Amino acid sequence: MKITYDWLKDHLKTSAKEDKLLEKLTDIGLEVESIENLSEGLDLFKVAKIIKTEKHPNADRLKVCDVDVGNKEIKKVVCGAPNAREGLLTVYAPPGAIIPKNKTKLVVAKIRDVTSYGMLCSESELNLSDESDGITELSLSKYAKNIGKSYFSKASSNLIDLSITPNRPDCLGVRGIARDLSAAGFGNLKPEKDKKIKSNKKQTLKVKITKEKNQGCLSFGSCLITNVTNTESPQWLKDKLISIGQKPISAIVDITNYVMIDINRPLHAYDSDKIDKGIIVRNSKSGEEFTALDNKNYKLDDGMCVISDNKGVLGLGGIIGGTRSGTELDTKNVLLESAYFDPRSIRKTAKKLNIDTDAKFRFERGIDQLSIEDGLNKAAFLIKEICGGEISKIDIQKIESYKNKVIKFEPKTFEKITGFKISTKEMTIILEKLGFKLKKEKKLIKLSVPSWRPDIVQKIDIVEELVRISGYEKIKIENPIKERSKNTLNPTQKLFHFLQRAVASKGYLEVITWSFTDSKFNDHFKETSKEIKIVNPISSELGVLRNSIFSNLVMYIIKNLDRGIKDLSIFEIGPIFYGSKPGEQNTVVCGLSAGKNSRLSWIEKERNIDVFDIKKDVIQTLVEAGYHSEKFYIDDESPNYYHPGKSGRIFLNKGKDEVAAYFGEIHPNIIKTLDIKTECLLGFEIFLENLKLPKKPLKDQKTKYLVSDFQKSERDFAFVVDRKVNVQDLVSVISSIDKTLISNIKVFDVYEGDNIPENQKSIALSVTIQSLEKTLTDNDLEKINNLIIETVQNKTGAKIRT
Amino acid sequence: MSELKNIRDQFISKLENDLSIDQVNEVKTELFGKNGLISLKFKSLGSIPETDRKKFASDLNQAKNELQNLITSKINEIEAKKINEKLEKEKVDITLPERPFVRGKIHPVSQTIDEISSIFSEIGFSVEEGPDVENEYNNFTALNTPDNHPARDMHDTFYLDENKEFLLRTHTSPVQIRTMLKDKPPFKIIAPGRTYRSDSDQTHAPMFHQVEGLHIDTNINMGHLKGCLNYFIKEFFEVKKIKMRFRPSHFPFTEPSAEVDIGYEIKDGKIIIGEGDKWLEILGCGMVHPNVLRNVKVDPSKYQGYAFGIGIDRLAMLKYGINDLRAFFDCDYRWLNHFGFDPLDVPSNYRGLSR
Repeated sequence: MKITYDWLKDHLKTSAKEDKLLEKLTDIGLEVESIENLSEGLDLFKVAKIIKTEKHPNADRLKVCDVDVGNKEIKKVVCGAPNAREGLLTVYAPPGAIIPKNKTKLVVAKIRDVTSYGMLCSESELNLSDESDGITELSLSKYAKNIGKSYFSKASSNLIDLSITPNRPDCLGVRGIARDLSAAGFGNLKPEKDKKIKSNKKQTLKVKITKEKNQGCLSFGSCLITNVTNTESPQWLKDKLISIGQKPISAIVDITNYVMIDINRPLHAYDSDKIDKGIIVRNSKSGEEFTALDNKNYKLDDGMCVISDNKGVLGLGGIIGGTRSGTELDTKNVLLESAYFDPRSIRKTAKKLNIDTDAKFRFERGIDQLSIEDGLNKAAFLIKEICGGEISKIDIQKIESYKNKVIKFEPKTFEKITGFKISTKEMTIILEKLGFKLKKEKKLIKLSVPSWRPDIVQKIDIVEELVRISGYEKIKIENPIKERSKNTLNPTQKLFHFLQRAVASKGYLEVITWSFTDSKFNDHFKETSKEIKIVNPISSELGVLRNSIFSNLVMYIIKNLDRGIKDLSIFEIGPIFYGSKPGEQNTVVCGLSAGKNSRLSWIEKERNIDVFDIKKDVIQTLVEAGYHSEKFYIDDESPNYYHPGKSGRIFLNKGKDEVAAYFGEIHPNIIKTLDIKTECLLGFEIFLENLKLPKKPLKDQKTKYLVSDFQKSERDFAFVVDRKVNVQDLVSVISSIDKTLISNIKVFDVYEGDNIPENQKSIALSVTIQSLEKTLTDNDLEKINNLIIETVQNKTGAKIRT
Repeated sequence: MSELKNIRDQFISKLENDLSIDQVNEVKTELFGKNGLISLKFKSLGSIPETDRKKFASDLNQAKNELQNLITSKINEIEAKKINEKLEKEKVDITLPERPFVRGKIHPVSQTIDEISSIFSEIGFSVEEGPDVENEYNNFTALNTPDNHPARDMHDTFYLDENKEFLLRTHTSPVQIRTMLKDKPPFKIIAPGRTYRSDSDQTHAPMFHQVEGLHIDTNINMGHLKGCLNYFIKEFFEVKKIKMRFRPSHFPFTEPSAEVDIGYEIKDGKIIIGEGDKWLEILGCGMVHPNVLRNVKVDPSKYQGYAFGIGIDRLAMLKYGINDLRAFFDCDYRWLNHFGFDPLDVPSNYRGLSR
């Protein structure tokens, strides 16, 4: 909402300075968004006279004009306007002036080899009207004595832009703002001095609101002004509109705009001669069409509130009028509409047709239902004053009468909510100034809510009014008590934070990417998941919810590789989606690594990152998060986006409940298709929801502390087994032979090739044997030694290598 | 007698020479071996006349000790020299780089969430969460924002179906609804998380982070709200004093509502929080609207309290001097390295939030 202090002073008696006003506005919730000095630099624009015009030597359409800019100065100006002619009074802008319309600064310029000092301006360029065919023509009689003087009257006050919250339609009118200020002790609200129409003439155009379901118009006030002469607005009215950045159009339109801004009462003016018989306010029928004042043709659905006549739709009530019945400069008879439309109906229609107008903005927030007559009175008198004519009686049709809401308010509620006290007397003053009517009933105050406040419906709204006007600075700080009765994080949340920092500590940079992604990337990783489309995405590249975090990580790995970073590890912890309903999401820790280990190191041999690097990162993370690696079970079934031979999945237990994690090389096909330029690309995914939380906290999980001081012995074995036998099974066979004696098993060599039969491999292990009870004799050791060989050979078909 | 002296003198001078360890050992054998010169002298003790024996024995022991010490120190000397020679050869250029290591980082938003949680933990808030996909009811209607209400225009919503029933939550406030529907009052929670609005330019990202706060009990008033936020802002920016302003505003789900500004100034191109005469809006808050409480079956005549919503990304930008919101989500390795936090740097109250 744009206002000026000057306009505010039409309604508010005050002598306070503008900076105090700005402070107060913000303090009472009418936030000052910006201040603009519209008149700055406008004094440069001068009334000037064209003395002579010549054809431009190098351009047919241009003229070179000698312009008298006052003080006996003549300037050469190149001008393309067809109406530039000798003797014309117009507006001259010198070099250095800033053109209001496009905010460009003028400079001395050569136009086709002729130097032009400044410019002659059209009304459009001066933001005075939409007239852009030619330069401004000033009347000789009025301006002849003003040559060389400033065209704009100076000292128009600053433009104040307020951010009015959607609950405050009353403050979309200057008077509403003045009222709020006066309640807060900033000046006094001036009484309304509008005259009431006293006429014997009847409003002869019949208006009817049809009674039907969901009728969006509750009342329709109108008055007929006959024999008017529509004209340009007088200077005061033009200045007023220009001062808040609006363009004057014609007196009738300007007057309706003025009343709307002044008291937030939208009006509509019809050329009544263009209305066929009478006005019918009704719901539209599907397929009806009309051309609106924005020159667009709209096709209507069923049930939109339209103003119509016998011929059809004239306009959309409270939203936009139609071209068929619009007023023009030659309009003789005007029908003025001042109606009330239901906000919900307005909003529904405007949304469906995608129309945004000033009237719609106001009606959907709620207009004062009792302002119908005020609006007609104010506008009709102005029309008569400026355009002449005769005013008819006011006609009001309604299907519902308005009753002021009543709220019973207990003064002590105020302190209960705000924590501080104000006296009942103070409350009374504030509420009365805001327009409430008060009646005391014992401990209660019975409040009649002013009709311009649709936002106030219950007690809490009264508290809000009182605390807002008294000032939020009066709320006393109650310092919080440092006391905790509940854990801050639950076990899942703790796990989240633990995994996050555990992965980061392995050298991964944490990233945060959108929850949505490009389906082109997502398709590589979604497997059998359903694609979840966003109906209104910001762009087609962000059109689906991600089924995997890889979809985004891969995209950003490519970006970083393009930046010339060769070795990088990134991870994200966040949601992936498997459905479009709340809760159909999982939390995943997903990491991606590219490049080499120890690239260009003088001491370490550089090598590509491999699957066992990634496996280490995942296992170590899980171990650090509190899971026991000796229970982990690993197999090689992994999703298709992994390398089939170099990837796997991890279960926390051999019971194979749910997959805790996948890890492995990214499938070479994906690397090729997406043209990822790196030596190697590996990733992992840990699924938070699949990590079962231990029943006992970690501190209670520790087993009894048992160590053996008896001598331990380490025995080495080399088995030759089928290539398909995996080490995990071999180790598990050995460890289950005697869990009390076999305390550790290490794989120290895996070998295929010379001296080993085809399709077989040699696995060398070191087994630590130690007893908790005694020193083992040679005999004991020999026994277990033989048992290991025997068992392994029996169960896996392996042969001990000799 | 003089023979003993001769032996002594002869070997002392011998040991003064530059000898190898083997040569010293030879000397040792010559003197103290089975048939060594000194050993033989000891063996001959018995044959010395009794009158001279005592003196001879004493001289002999003295010579023995002297020679033995000399040999030991000679050996030590040679070994020390050997080690020194070896060390001389083993010297490396210690300025060569160490073996390569990698260092991970925590994203500034995650770090900020941990800081926020740590601060609110201290005054008894616990952390709640909700899904990123919400239904229209939890995101709007239950929060006193019915359909066809202009306040919905303040949120540019991403929808997942044509009926506009499912959407990406536009704020963390639906977690209030979920929490209150699930449990019984009192409530004292914060809910950090991802939020979405279809808005994308230099200062807006289609995804950002908010933290919601909710405190409902029988007697929680606006003074508590002010106290809580005053405490939070001071702790978060790690300053002793803060200039804070509560300004009336409007949110459908709170009444009365406020926006909170903090004072700041720009010094040498850097933003200083808590001083100066400029105001920066950092959060919205208010007393939970009775309609919201009714929607979640909490009796507004018995319970009341406040809620707030803070933009996390914005806070992180202010605290850590980050100028560009879009960079948070751009995953630039260099940016992450620059603004990220060491994973060991876990914000905690006892040792301060940040290093």
